Amino acid sequence: MKLVRDTSLIFERQMQLLLRNPVWIFVGVFQPVMYLLLFAPLLKQALQVNSNAEAYEIFVPGLLVLLAIFGGLFQGFGLIAELRAGVIERSRVTPVSRLALLLGRSLRDVVSLIAQAVIITLLALVFDLRVFIGNLLLAYLMLALISLMTSALSYGVALLVKSEDALAPLMNTVAQPVLLLSGILLPLTHAPGWLQGIADWNPFSWAVNGTRALFRGDLGAPDVWQGLLIMAVLAVLAVVWAAREFARSVR
Amino acid sequence: MIETRGLRKSFMSRQGREKKIVEAVRGVDLDVAEGEIFGFLGPNGAGKTTTLRMLATLIEPDGGSATIAGADLRSQPGEVRRRIGYVAQGGSTWDDSTAREELVLQARLYGIGRAEAHKRAEGVLSGFQLSEYADRRCKTYSGGQRRRVDIALGIIHEPKVVFLDEPTSGLDPQSRAHMWDEIRRLRAEGMTVFITTHYLDEADALCDRISIMDNGEIVASGTPADLKREISGDVVRVGLPVDAVAAGVEALAGYKTETYEDSVRLYVEDGATAIPQILRALDAAEVPLGAIELHRPSLDDVFLTKTGRSLRES
Repeated sequence: MKLVRDTSLIFERQMQLLLRNPVWIFVGVFQPVMYLLLFAPLLKQALQVNSNAEAYEIFVPGLLVLLAIFGGLFQGFGLIAELRAGVIERSRVTPVSRLALLLGRSLRDVVSLIAQAVIITLLALVFDLRVFIGNLLLAYLMLALISLMTSALSYGVALLVKSEDALAPLMNTVAQPVLLLSGILLPLTHAPGWLQGIADWNPFSWAVNGTRALFRGDLGAPDVWQGLLIMAVLAVLAVVWAAREFARSVR
Repeated sequence: MIETRGLRKSFMSRQGREKKIVEAVRGVDLDVAEGEIFGFLGPNGAGKTTTLRMLATLIEPDGGSATIAGADLRSQPGEVRRRIGYVAQGGSTWDDSTAREELVLQARLYGIGRAEAHKRAEGVLSGFQLSEYADRRCKTYSGGQRRRVDIALGIIHEPKVVFLDEPTSGLDPQSRAHMWDEIRRLRAEGMTVFITTHYLDEADALCDRISIMDNGEIVASGTPADLKREISGDVVRVGLPVDAVAAGVEALAGYKTETYEDSVRLYVEDGATAIPQILRALDAAEVPLGAIELHRPSLDDVFLTKTGRSLRES
């Protein structure tokens, strides 16, 4: 009960600050929209599919997963600013749950990601994308789990390194191979065997496959539950680890 | 109210490739009574903040024990957190939040209900004369206002003990005097106040009792008056040309002295009668005299006799 109360206190505060400065929604949506407008038209030819709608079915899920990964991984910067302002230390002298300090922040990140995802999905509908609402909600659950994991990871690392200068290259180094090995921008169906082999070890590749299956309307595909399960397990691990970093001594 | 025995903490420090263990706090014993303003005086790097952060449950001690407001630091950190307030040196407010929002949130983090939290926030805002700015964003505040918000945040849950780390550093003289009044007001409300400072006048004027800390250890404890009395008599400072200091020290060999680059300090029973004798001794040795000053011992003299260094210089 205390955890729920503390988490909602932190979450409320973070949402209040987020809404006070709504520029993020523009920044957060601008880039994906550019992909949608300027990159997606190439796909019908490149993917050798029959219609734009089919191309969007493949591309939009990848784009959303990309957004969830990157959006989460870079949340640590805000935390470093909070560390510097002394806000974290001020919270840590109170009896507030350490897990709530993390969850309140990560849940804000999940909410802002889902808001972006909804906007992008709506835009994609204009481009003839069609997806069944139940499947879409499951896809959003996948995105929520991804962003919970990556943002928790980012907070944990931020508490360890305590400086933007260290966090930026670290996160970029993690994100780039993860991105290339997940078939986010182009599916890995035509990839050489060795590349597929490596990608099978990339959990995000499973998440992308699952999300694509959902957008395809293939709810029964094993990719769906496998992706959700892998993301759920990793999200729990990331949250537990990062909450321990909040409990440990930080300046 | 606070009792510590043998509190210790070391850190790993890296200098290039070499790893070194720095003993930041080496066995601190403290006894702070209820309702007093207790001061930790010492130069930067003496271990004051580390000790404070240990007492506030922010870092774990390597050794030793402490009881704070009846709760054991080691076995009941949660209980300690409920009973203390802690105000860090570097500030604790978020630029885009208002003082009222920060205060309400802080109260609620201590488990206080929404309505009561708003009431408490209102109370401390008027107590710290912040009502006027309560709904402006913290980034618009002056240094003194922001520091008052920090302290209000530290006491909103009405703790028994509040730790203030360098509460006046960086403030202009007027804000400093104002802050001293606020701290005395906390004592008047029954709180035990534990501050760190590297200002001699602050320790002297504000604190009921102090401990002088240097290099991770407490070198002296007591009321400022008692500590000064320990250095019996007066201090005479004799200013000398740099090249005449050695000769001056020789001429004054009969006195208890401390030597500086351009002066000598003498600790004497009675300054008024000692000065003519000092002048005569210097005259006889033909040492050119710059200036001569007589003063009552200050806490700096206490620090000097305990550590061999002046607090002003370190």
